[in-house]
Amino acid sequence: MKLTGAETIVKCLEEQGVEVMFGFPGGVIIDLFDELEKSSITNVLVRHEQAAVHAADAYGRVKGEVGVALVTSGPGATNTVTGIASAYMDSIPMVVLTGQVPTALIGNDAFQEVDIIGITRPCTKHNYLVKDVNDLADTIREAFHIARTGRPGPVLVDLPKDVVMSKAKFVEPKPIRMQTYRPTYEPHPGQIAKACKEILKAEKPVIYAGGGVIASNSNEELTELATKLGIPVTMTLMGLGGFPGTHALSMGMLGMHGTYFANMAVSKCDLLIAIGARFDDRVTGKLEEFAPYAKIIHIDIDPTSISKNVKVDIPIVADCKYALTAMNRWFDVQDDFNGKAHEEKLGPWLDDINDWKRRHPLGYVEEGDIIKPQFVVQKLHELTKGEAIISTEVGQNQMWAAQFYHFNKPRHFLTSGGLGVMGYGFPAAIGAQMAAPDKIVIDVAGDGSIQMNIQELATARQYKCPVKVAILNNSYLGMVRQWQELFYDKRYAGTNLEVSPDFVALAQAYGAVGLRASKVSEVVPVIKEALATDNTVFMDFVIAREEGVYPMVPAGKATTEMLLA
Amino acid sequence: MKHTISVLLQNKPGVLSRVTGLFSGRGFNIESLSVAETLDSSVSCLTLVTRGPDPIIEQITKQLHKLIDVIKVVDISESDYVEREMVLLRVKAEANTRAEVLRIIDIFRGKVVDVSPKSYAVEITGPQSKIKAVIDILKPIGIQEIVRTGTIAMARAKKF
Repeated sequence: MKLTGAETIVKCLEEQGVEVMFGFPGGVIIDLFDELEKSSITNVLVRHEQAAVHAADAYGRVKGEVGVALVTSGPGATNTVTGIASAYMDSIPMVVLTGQVPTALIGNDAFQEVDIIGITRPCTKHNYLVKDVNDLADTIREAFHIARTGRPGPVLVDLPKDVVMSKAKFVEPKPIRMQTYRPTYEPHPGQIAKACKEILKAEKPVIYAGGGVIASNSNEELTELATKLGIPVTMTLMGLGGFPGTHALSMGMLGMHGTYFANMAVSKCDLLIAIGARFDDRVTGKLEEFAPYAKIIHIDIDPTSISKNVKVDIPIVADCKYALTAMNRWFDVQDDFNGKAHEEKLGPWLDDINDWKRRHPLGYVEEGDIIKPQFVVQKLHELTKGEAIISTEVGQNQMWAAQFYHFNKPRHFLTSGGLGVMGYGFPAAIGAQMAAPDKIVIDVAGDGSIQMNIQELATARQYKCPVKVAILNNSYLGMVRQWQELFYDKRYAGTNLEVSPDFVALAQAYGAVGLRASKVSEVVPVIKEALATDNTVFMDFVIAREEGVYPMVPAGKATTEMLLA
Repeated sequence: MKHTISVLLQNKPGVLSRVTGLFSGRGFNIESLSVAETLDSSVSCLTLVTRGPDPIIEQITKQLHKLIDVIKVVDISESDYVEREMVLLRVKAEANTRAEVLRIIDIFRGKVVDVSPKSYAVEITGPQSKIKAVIDILKPIGIQEIVRTGTIAMARAKKF
């Protein structure tokens, strides 16, 4: 049976289990939109292509599947680049389909032509230009395979209009075997044994867990390992939720805005067990002084992550789930291993950590009637019982959400960690709500970053996404302002948002609900009302203008050199 | 330290740009690069020469391997290998130096491939050290044009 390219693509998408995708149409991709309309797939119409990619990113994160975005050629394609680069840095499985001018016109500077393959080569895991409709089905399948396996990432498939329109015999799926791509899932048993013996020897071990724990669904295995041995756990921004944030062994986040005790523990530990993390500069601070007394075990599925920034003593190239399972089994079969005794051995170390915790807990200073952003996040946590899916924009809002919403479950915290995209949170919240219609989804936003994709209010309304947006409104680009306060003699160059829309009225203009809290006493009622509203809600929290995020490790400094307030 | 890395990759459009993009994007340097298809026309062999401390070389080989179209990456300078480069030189050759130029080329087992009243074009093949030596010798006489292929290399077979 012969199918058109568009029919083939839709069939392949259904084969891959795609139920919802995000897109924006254009001239060369009309045929595919037309075909999707006839299918079972919901194709969410966003209002800007960047939002399609962020929404697909979040949809994929929440579901643990591959998110899909569909856009047209030229500007449609270039608008996806920020979202793709963000997904690439955060290792998010995603397939982006872009329209392209007909193959005969490629290279002719045709209308809405752009070399999106060339543009996205450095920010995709892989990309394809399909030149022959006969290759189409297998290319789409390969794209999904690459996106979801190994270290996940975005894959772009560029679809010239003639390929989408012409017909070919449909190629039935067969198991994918790629000669050049075979990620290593199973750890080397010798390395596992070596690592476990080192763990038994250590007196001051720390587990440093990253996004890999969440990508590989190994939060339970991680919890088993940590609790079996009584090892304290700190998480990266991407790792939050990989280990229960309210667990006694949790030290919260580490790094630039990590907790005092997590950073102290890493700097004093004698063994650092890095699991699915990549020693990002925001985590390590000054490299020479990062974990200076520690032997380092590093589990990662991507060999390039190992010994990239920090020399690793025991590398384990594997999927975190396989590696953690192997480690847990190793301890189970040791006759002389006694978890209780080991926990007791680590007692003095945990005492040290608890002492740091007591001395410098996460906190903030109350200021009468003035709303503190941390208080807002605390109340969001309390009133949603810690069960909400939280997305964030980037900047102070992101750090306060990370610090004060103690994530107990994976896939509940959505943030643009590596690339740091302002404008991520709102479309991400929409994507998350499409993935989990029964969940409360809240975008913790700033008044600056919410405006970077605020047009998605229309999308949220059109698809009846009752997402809640908590705008922590300080009329500043707060994080940059904070750096200016600390390192630029308070010269607030380009950070004062003198004019902003009335967010309440703006929400109402879209048919959403707008609420405002200007004093502390109004915070809880506003959140309660928002949570009780079955509609998109903007909550405008007018917060202390010059509140800062603390602790803070100044860029390039050692993580022990924290500013505490 | 200098490393010669041999990369087998799929012979598809855009693959070379994935490799060079990786080097420019991550700030690795390429001293020379040479690529052509193998016996199997769907596979190309790329030889590149780079310099850097060991951790950088380790990153380079890992990052190359991570590219989906790359089949195999070998740092062949880690063991015994042979390397060759070819250079075409146009050397000034006027009445008083013509014989001298020919003698030098002969010593380096080069070949004259083009002749004009005032110059010779010569072809010389060898490891980088030899290429450098011949250039150094001919420079004072006058090299008008130079084209080099970049190094290609092959690991030596196990003898036993």
